[in-house]
Amino acid sequence: MVTTRGFIGRQRSSRDPRLPPGQYDAGKDWPVLHAEATPSIDTANWTFTIDGLVDTPTSWTWDEIHALEPDRYEGAIHCVTTWSKFGMTFDGVSIDTLLEITGVRDEAAYVMARSHTGYTTNLPIEDVVDGRAWVVWDVNGAPLDDIHGGPARLLVPHLYFWKSAKWVSGLKFMAEDEQGFWERNGYHDHGDPWLEQRYQGD
Amino acid sequence: MPASSSWQTAVVAAIGPEASHAKTFRLRLTEPRTHRPGQFYVVRLTAPDGYHAQRDYSVASSPGGEDIEITVEMLPDGEVSGFLHNVVEVGDVLEVRGPVGRFFSWDGATPILGLAGGSGVVPLMSMLRLARRANRPDLMRLVVSVRSPADLYYADEISGPETTVVYTREAPAGSSRPVGRLTAEDVRPLVESDREVYVCGSAGFCDGATNLLLEVGVDVQRIRVSRWGPTS
Repeated sequence: MVTTRGFIGRQRSSRDPRLPPGQYDAGKDWPVLHAEATPSIDTANWTFTIDGLVDTPTSWTWDEIHALEPDRYEGAIHCVTTWSKFGMTFDGVSIDTLLEITGVRDEAAYVMARSHTGYTTNLPIEDVVDGRAWVVWDVNGAPLDDIHGGPARLLVPHLYFWKSAKWVSGLKFMAEDEQGFWERNGYHDHGDPWLEQRYQGD
Repeated sequence: MPASSSWQTAVVAAIGPEASHAKTFRLRLTEPRTHRPGQFYVVRLTAPDGYHAQRDYSVASSPGGEDIEITVEMLPDGEVSGFLHNVVEVGDVLEVRGPVGRFFSWDGATPILGLAGGSGVVPLMSMLRLARRANRPDLMRLVVSVRSPADLYYADEISGPETTVVYTREAPAGSSRPVGRLTAEDVRPLVESDREVYVCGSAGFCDGATNLLLEVGVDVQRIRVSRWGPTS
């Protein structure tokens, strides 16, 4: 460990145990980081599709996905650029609910999330099932803004937030892992904030 | 990217003021590596008890030298920027990792237009420096939006036929353009060709600039955005 001369860090007697290593509490700010121009997607044109290694590939329109059993996530989110936010509430539908409709084939081991912008990000299947991932459209009781991925984004809050694809358009289930956009550009394939899996090789 | 993903140490070789709230740090790498303009390095600070904080900083210097330069804006209550500004001295050792971030990087050959808001000029300065060093000023068009002359980074060097500076609050004496935010008229004359467009700055700047580009007919697929800073 290389210590930095003179560096003590912020007062840490009050450091929140919910903060993963290397993260700071962004407080009321919600920084915005994405590589594309922010799109404006009309809910009338929005769809969400599950395909690949599933029994019944299915697409939902805005109204159809809202007709499913609602679910909520309350808790923290963590960005690889070192901010975290606590006390977030996201409303949407659990990926589990969608998979009850499509089924998942036994050979599916990985998922590629994709966006209406062409953005992609890859995840192991275990990170999107058993109540760990959602498609969400409301945050803290209000519709998601375009800049935060509205009208709907993926939410995988136990991983760094680039995995929570904005403007999400679907999930493809796959037998083999493939890298998504940031992963091809050097970010980690998994992205666990508690293990500081920021870049390839971490 | 395995080579650039390992940490190395860098000695602070020089520190200089860059603008009213910005300093440039020249870092001498233990293992010098070539970056593409637009890429960044991660700087990690570690306390004796193992606590650490890290931030990404774009490289301002052009590729190829022994050293890299980063320019750091002093943020209100900034844990890392405050330490770099107030504590770090020449000769100190910092841990760094990079270069990182190929998406916003430039190949040095494709004609580009850069739109920078405030500190967003840093990665685009690396591009401008490379274009000039290659004696290819035609490759680069750069628009920089700043509040006032005191906020302009690289003031002694940035001016040139490639560069347009837009002042939003206070312009230098004799300036012909009225102060005000970037407009379609500022941008329109510069998008005549098939230039790739690089937009860098705060979220508000990036959204405004992107909308102007779309308004003057730039294909959204040709726009790359690197945004930073908080939004509420």
